[in-house]
Amino acid sequence: MNGAGPLLAVRELDVYLAESHVLQGVSFDVRRGGITGLLGRNGVGKTTALRGILGLVPRTGSVLLGGDETINLPTHEIVRRGVAYVPEDRDVFAGLTVAENLRLAERAPAPRYELVYELFPELKQRAAQKGGTLSGGQQQMVALARALLNPDDRILLIDEPTKGLAPLVVRHVVDALRRAADVATILLVEQNLSVAHALVREVIVLDQGRVSFTGEVDELMGDAALARKHLGLAAAGSH
Amino acid sequence: MTTFALLLITGLGLGALYFLIAAGLSLIWGLMRVLNFAHGAFFTVAAYAGWSVARALGGQSPGVQWIAAVAVAIVVGGVFAALTEVVLIRPLYARHVGQVLVTVGLALATIALVQGGFGSDPQRLALPDWMTRTTSVVGANIPNTRLLVIVAALIVFGLLLFFLRRTRFGLIVRAGVENRAMVQALGIDVQRAFTLVFAIGGMAAGLAGMLAGTYYGTIDPGRGTGMLIFAFIVVIIGGLGSVTGSAAAAVVVGELQQFLNFYGATGVGDFSVVLLLAVVLLIRPGGFAGASTA
Amino acid sequence: MTRRTRLIALGVVLALCIALPWIGIAIPGLFEGALNAPGTLNLLGLCFVFGALALTYDLVFGYVGLLSFGHALYFATGVYVTAIALTRWHWSLPQALALTAVVSVVLPLALGAICLRMRDIPFAMVTLAFAQAGSILVSQNPFGLTGGEEGLALGSDTLPPALVGVANTHNVYWIALALLLVVYAIAWRAVNSPPGRVWQAIRENERRVGVLGLNPYLYKLGAFVLSAFLASATGVVYLLLQGGANPQVTTADFTLALLVMVVLGGVGTLWGAVLGGIVYEYLDFRLVALSNTPAVQSLPGVLRVPLSEPLFLLGVLFIVLVLFVPGGLGGALERRFKPVRAALGSSAARA
Repeated sequence: MNGAGPLLAVRELDVYLAESHVLQGVSFDVRRGGITGLLGRNGVGKTTALRGILGLVPRTGSVLLGGDETINLPTHEIVRRGVAYVPEDRDVFAGLTVAENLRLAERAPAPRYELVYELFPELKQRAAQKGGTLSGGQQQMVALARALLNPDDRILLIDEPTKGLAPLVVRHVVDALRRAADVATILLVEQNLSVAHALVREVIVLDQGRVSFTGEVDELMGDAALARKHLGLAAAGSH
Repeated sequence: MTTFALLLITGLGLGALYFLIAAGLSLIWGLMRVLNFAHGAFFTVAAYAGWSVARALGGQSPGVQWIAAVAVAIVVGGVFAALTEVVLIRPLYARHVGQVLVTVGLALATIALVQGGFGSDPQRLALPDWMTRTTSVVGANIPNTRLLVIVAALIVFGLLLFFLRRTRFGLIVRAGVENRAMVQALGIDVQRAFTLVFAIGGMAAGLAGMLAGTYYGTIDPGRGTGMLIFAFIVVIIGGLGSVTGSAAAAVVVGELQQFLNFYGATGVGDFSVVLLLAVVLLIRPGGFAGASTA
Repeated sequence: MTRRTRLIALGVVLALCIALPWIGIAIPGLFEGALNAPGTLNLLGLCFVFGALALTYDLVFGYVGLLSFGHALYFATGVYVTAIALTRWHWSLPQALALTAVVSVVLPLALGAICLRMRDIPFAMVTLAFAQAGSILVSQNPFGLTGGEEGLALGSDTLPPALVGVANTHNVYWIALALLLVVYAIAWRAVNSPPGRVWQAIRENERRVGVLGLNPYLYKLGAFVLSAFLASATGVVYLLLQGGANPQVTTADFTLALLVMVVLGGVGTLWGAVLGGIVYEYLDFRLVALSNTPAVQSLPGVLRVPLSEPLFLLGVLFIVLVLFVPGGLGGALERRFKPVRAALGSSAARA
């Protein structure tokens, strides 16, 4: 186990979807601890990058988790090595109850239900409710709770957790993510730049399937021209 | 009135047989996206295995023979199915059409083998005395075999629901039917559930084979394929991947077939089931329990 | 081998086929009688018919990517409509053929319009269901038309004299050969035409075809009707070769056999499907004959039974092919004879 190096090291990650070369030799590091942001305009390949790391799409290149190569492992193996995933669409099982959704996610001997119910008390109340009847915000809580359940997880890959949520719920999610960062490293994909700025310290920016910027978030957001160049007009002036 | 009751209950009996075949098919399709044409082969091979064992135990009472036959049929069905999954389906994990094709080949080969070994004529099945009698229900004389089949199907239905709702594997299957990729993303190797689901389907099909033999009094090589087509129709109408949907659809199909075959001419009922399928698919491509289909 | 050599070789084979009724040589083991014996000619005629039929199935399955389990229905249409018109209504052959032609367009148009509203597995199941309905209908012998389980026999007075009788087998043989060539030509033309390219695009990615402003439904329906019409034509020639209609051709097993033929030969290549059909029919016939030989009959039951069932051997062969040689015989051969593809002009990619 490499204590000093990055927790996640992605090298020359290539992903083809249908005929389009979505990720073109993407390389970046995710440092142990805290929240690293994966930013970029719509459609640049951020979600694909997460899915590529997890093996949910065919990929070539190298993905080192704690120094160990995972590029040839199937998805469930990668996850078992301590990677949790919160997908963009949440993917909460509609036919299963909230409790069942959580139970399915249990991997370790002592799942952190206490933490999960402390962060999302509503889930305890709605334990018997079917996933399909939950609101968007409640589903997001289930998705996050699933990812926080296993104490051995080293890194959480979280894809746009605030998408489509009311401001109050967004605040709740942001608080939860801050708490989560205490117990695990997080790689966060976010379109909402104020959320990103509030949460992350380091950023990786993708553009057209390639890495266009890595550095501190203040460096990126503080410079309006730089922000506009990498993130588009919406970025300039968002603090 | 008594005719009505007779048709109603025997239709239920037919539906019970369809359910036993369809339940496994539905789960296999729902979880694995495999259209298992070999299911009819599981049905047939298990039935003949059971029949052979019953014959080998010729000295025993028909009751013992029958119980042994059913037990053997269930085991053979399950083992055959599990072997099929491991040897033929698994190597083709990315090729869905290939998986369907391989089950077609297996079905063709197996049924031909059975036909060659046992002949295409129906074979009589020795039944215990009480099964050949009838019981009076609401004034109608229902053959006990029909009641037996209904009870068996209800038990299997209960067992399946228990498995799905109360066990971890069942949880994995239910989730996997909805969204296989996400189950993998939760660190669960869904493939392990595949063999189990195939085995369960095979056991149910084996039981169905033996019960169909009991229902009709004979076993023959062609019945498996014939019933399989109707079972497919039941699965589609009931919703791919839904056991409760299959149960409901099986009842509808069984009743429809029974009533129309009686009041119309033989064959009209079968015809109408096919029409029902077309109608259902036109209205609702996902069948009744649409939510389970992806 | 150069393209030119391949074309010459094909020409020689074709000439041989045409001249066969005059070649009195016997090839023991391959055929029971001489090459121009009625039995051999009949078998070869059937092989051509199945080659053509497999080809029509490859059009929907290999090129457009529609997994239809009901193709047998249209083959059976050709067989039964013609037979009924000839034997029950005493129509002349041209009249019967005209009727069959009309039905062979209207029926797939109507059924296809319904079936194609669904995709993939639901589509496959509805086609299977309709074919099953047809099978039930035939076996019920409505109005005494179809002859039920016994089928219909073509009496000697129903056909023109040139097509009747063992002595005229060579005429029907030539018709079968002509059928194969015509069907192949039509299929080749269709596949290489603009609609043909749309079919293959649909197979690859149907949504994108829609995005391009084309209506996939219409193209699929067109392919469906064309292949059904051609299948019906092969059914007519089959009727001539067999001298009667038999309900076996309406069964699901029969469509599945078509599936085996096409996979055997290689999905998505025209000549591969033809090869698959020819090889399948030949094996089906010869394996039965083989199983009746003293050599096989004297084997212990464990070996004799499997070897006596052609469907068992074909099923196993099918499984082996799907597992290990997905390109079929055509695929395996193609790797060695790439120029043949160019010579015969099949432009499809592997399925």
